[in-house]
Amino acid sequence: MKYETIIGLEIHAQLLTESKMFCACSTKFGAKPNTNICPVCTGQPGVLPVMNQKAIELAIKTALALNCKIEKSSVFARKNYFYPDLPKDFQISQYELPLATLGHLDIVVEGKKKRIGITRVHLEEDAGKLVHKGAARIMGATESLVDYNRTGVPLMEIVSEPDLRSPAEAKAFMETLQHLLQFIGVCDAKMEEGSLRCDANISLRPAGEQKFGTKTEVKNMNSFKAVFKALKAEEKRHEEVLSEGGKINQETRFFDDITEQTIGMRSKEYAHDYRYFPEPDLVPIEPSADWLAKIKNTSGELPEAKRDRFLNEYKLPEADAEVLLATPALTAYFEECLKLYDHPKTIANWLMGDLTAYLKTNNLAIEQINLTPAQLVEMLQMIDKGTISGKLAKTILVEALKSGKTIKDIVAEQGLTQISDEGEIKNIIDEVIEKNPKQVGEFRSGKDAVVMFLVGQVMKLSKGRAKPDAVQKLLRQKLGQ
Amino acid sequence: MKIDVEAVAKLARLGLSPEEKKLFGEQLSRILDHADTLKKLNTDKVEPTSHAIPMKNVLREDKVIPCANVDDILLNAPQAEEHMFKVPRIVE
Repeated sequence: MKYETIIGLEIHAQLLTESKMFCACSTKFGAKPNTNICPVCTGQPGVLPVMNQKAIELAIKTALALNCKIEKSSVFARKNYFYPDLPKDFQISQYELPLATLGHLDIVVEGKKKRIGITRVHLEEDAGKLVHKGAARIMGATESLVDYNRTGVPLMEIVSEPDLRSPAEAKAFMETLQHLLQFIGVCDAKMEEGSLRCDANISLRPAGEQKFGTKTEVKNMNSFKAVFKALKAEEKRHEEVLSEGGKINQETRFFDDITEQTIGMRSKEYAHDYRYFPEPDLVPIEPSADWLAKIKNTSGELPEAKRDRFLNEYKLPEADAEVLLATPALTAYFEECLKLYDHPKTIANWLMGDLTAYLKTNNLAIEQINLTPAQLVEMLQMIDKGTISGKLAKTILVEALKSGKTIKDIVAEQGLTQISDEGEIKNIIDEVIEKNPKQVGEFRSGKDAVVMFLVGQVMKLSKGRAKPDAVQKLLRQKLGQ
Repeated sequence: MKIDVEAVAKLARLGLSPEEKKLFGEQLSRILDHADTLKKLNTDKVEPTSHAIPMKNVLREDKVIPCANVDDILLNAPQAEEHMFKVPRIVE
């Protein structure tokens, strides 16, 4: 029997705030354990949480970018459960009345655009971090250590509709979402570092069937690759069970990235009984039209609109637009260059070619280089003016990236300016003619192609500082005499 | 109204003696019955509300203020190690 796969994703994204969701503790990653904590986030009696304005604005910004409807009033609730990483024994989250609902995100899979529904976007707080002792994981650990630094860090939950039909679509959704979150600057969105996390609900149904099959929830996918592999493995498991006439248990499964299989986690005795109720210490969020408009204005142009502009206005090939939009930093660099130098394709070529090659070889991100867009543009203008050759510029660029020196300094220091003095070129030409009587003879007897060899010799002697077309012209003049 | 005292106690991590189960069971049932009288009220035209006070958007600026006595918080830990709270085995 043929089956259809149904996948829905639940994504958690850490918001880029300085302080926590409900208290003034730092959200900085990597601090000494339990130093970014206070009575509020550790749930001491009598404390009062207060909402972080920036966190709400970042979540609204995301919801708007995901085409969601921002709810007139949203409310925080207490989700009650016991777990050592949760010092209050409840998590402040949003439940019945989330911040935003009913949005969508377009993804492209195998060249085809597909619209994926967004069920909701809501705010909550992160939990602490557990370090297990006596075993690599919680299973088998003899005891655990808890660091509450992460407790209370603003977390945004994004829930997709069950619109995804394959592991590849799920992966594409995560990649598109990551790109968007990074682009609008609300989240680092690094899956490997945990600032972007994803749980997946997956079920299979016979092709053509309307009713959903029983779903399982897959956790512990720490990269895009893991999302794909975990869902592939779980899809296969469902198919095997179903085609043998078996039944899928509704359960949570853990992806083991070593065996690349999912493992059933012992189902809790009590199916989730979180006893949600409105958080009495927090008041509703009711964004005014003014506030929403202000947030919307901070969003700038979204990736999709930028892409259209790169293709239509700058007439860049699709592949170029793709590369230039790969990271927000690269896009910003490109646009900064463009402000100073109105040749999109030239800039694109340099960014995608030599600059990217250098970054790759040295394992650097564009944020880490000293060469400013203004510097790069200065170099491009020097090429246009004929001060340096395009070929030499490649060497100069690498030198600038390596040393952090300005383009001008490098050119001046190394005497790399193109020789525009005809007299100097003529001297070199004379030298070449003298040294290569055989080739000169061949040229004079009609072998025109030999001229290129002679031009090459002149270029070599001039250390690339002569202009090839000028050299050829002068050579021909001289040999034609 | 009957209440499953055992389930409620377990969710709250409370160990109750048989006598306590009986006593609290009756008390909790009475509380629920009492709250049930509210159901008799016609609330068709009443907006659901989550808060009794008419306030909204109480916000703070995103600014870090380190806690003054952060180390005191760890003193609450029955056991600590490497500046972390130590807890017993989580899953059996």
